[in-house]
Amino acid sequence: MKQSKMAKIEKKKFRNTLYAVLAFAFFIFSMLQLNIVPERLIQSADRLAYVFGGMFPPVLNEPLDVFGAAVESIQVAILGTIIGVIVSFVLAVFAARNLAPSKTLSFAIKSFAGFVRAVPALIWALLFIVAVGLGPTPGILALAINSIGMLVKVYAEALEEIDMGVVEALESAGASKLHVIMQGVIPSMLSAFIAWSLFRLDVNIRYSAILGVVGAGGIGWELVKAAQMSRYDEALMVTMVIFLMVMSAEVISEFMKKRANSATAQAVK
Amino acid sequence: MGETIVDIHNLNKTYPDGTVALKNISMKAEKGEFIVIIGPSGAGKSTFLRSINRLSEPTSGEILFMGKDIVKAGKKELRTLRRNIGMIFQGFNLVKRLPTVRNVLHGKLGYMSSLKGAFGLFDQDQVEEALGILKRVGLEEQAFKRADELSGGQQQRVAIARAINQSPQLILADEPIASLDPNSSRVVMDYLKKACREEGFTTFVNLHQVDFAKEYADRIIGIKDGEIYFDGSGDDLTDEVIEALYSKEKEAVAG
Repeated sequence: MKQSKMAKIEKKKFRNTLYAVLAFAFFIFSMLQLNIVPERLIQSADRLAYVFGGMFPPVLNEPLDVFGAAVESIQVAILGTIIGVIVSFVLAVFAARNLAPSKTLSFAIKSFAGFVRAVPALIWALLFIVAVGLGPTPGILALAINSIGMLVKVYAEALEEIDMGVVEALESAGASKLHVIMQGVIPSMLSAFIAWSLFRLDVNIRYSAILGVVGAGGIGWELVKAAQMSRYDEALMVTMVIFLMVMSAEVISEFMKKRANSATAQAVK
Repeated sequence: MGETIVDIHNLNKTYPDGTVALKNISMKAEKGEFIVIIGPSGAGKSTFLRSINRLSEPTSGEILFMGKDIVKAGKKELRTLRRNIGMIFQGFNLVKRLPTVRNVLHGKLGYMSSLKGAFGLFDQDQVEEALGILKRVGLEEQAFKRADELSGGQQQRVAIARAINQSPQLILADEPIASLDPNSSRVVMDYLKKACREEGFTTFVNLHQVDFAKEYADRIIGIKDGEIYFDGSGDDLTDEVIEALYSKEKEAVAG
């Protein structure tokens, strides 16, 4: 008995060493394959210094354009989130196992959300640019559908956690399905619903800054423009604006989360 | 003899896994009767109550209520029948985050249109009525507190208020005091009995405390292995009957 245990530990030790060696070998192989050699890194230092030198001091040549683009990014994020939240909630009601009218439907919606989730927002943006042309519209659609991928999953999970006793109680009082969801289910999961929706808004504001890079509206495009014209001072300024935008979004959503919690605590009269 | 409110014929319930929960139950209940159902755990008490408003679908049988067969009722008809049947649960089943009075107002949902009910657009009269009912169960002070701020006994009284607010003909209470301490249990049973007397509805209560059953019931029904084993007044329920009701089947042991 004891011996076999010892042998097992030995075997495990050997296996771990083997994994470590393999991982290290792969690391070296990747370095060589991708042509990351020390001399290249050293050479790049010069050019890096040039780029960084060009960044300072940051300038804003067209403040109206940049701020206009920043506002557009935020608008894209908010609209995308709102559409995403509404569609996701409706889908989540049919996806949550405890509320869905059929198991097949629940499975189908969850699989659909999983697929949508697997495709990055940038790819959706590229697809929608082809479909509806450049501008903020493909950005909004891309964020909406990308939000759906995540929100359907988390809303459905929140719905599955509610106390089914409440549903039974309202149904047994003769309430309709819609009554049960609006009066019993939503109040029971409201804090989770608000927290996830605000979190998603946060994520979408980050994404919306990137989406402009592929031409789906917003501030990302300003960044690409500056970089392509080698105006690194402008690029830094745009980056700072993006940073400010994302930071303030985080602060605001945190504040709203707190307010929402105290508001639902008092609930409706 | 009062009028018959519920008339049950040959009610059967077999769960999908083959467990037979109810076997050919037939009984009648009259208006205003306070009926306590007792019996060992797993005897089918809960299934019996839940079959009456079809939270649990009966396999076969007939439940006549207000002249209609609940078992055969369509979706819409079932809603109409259900609003006349209040239900009280062991776990209270209130919407915990909502104020007490809103929970009482939920008793009116069965009478409201889809949109009005969905958005909780209760009118002033309904709110006043709900507050009045809360007063009757001694909770007017707690009306605007969140339901989960109340004690267990108080929450169960809110659930009773919600059921009263349905203006029901029948109330089904499934182990209403099983998770309460003896004092709160007594208060809850007192309010339930009082409401039954004042409103004149028929009440079915599942209990596992025989002493409470004897004290409160107009009529006691003992269920054992899915069948009615005893049906009579508290005085008829002798110690021998109780022992037999709660005893396990001895034949298997005796061989």
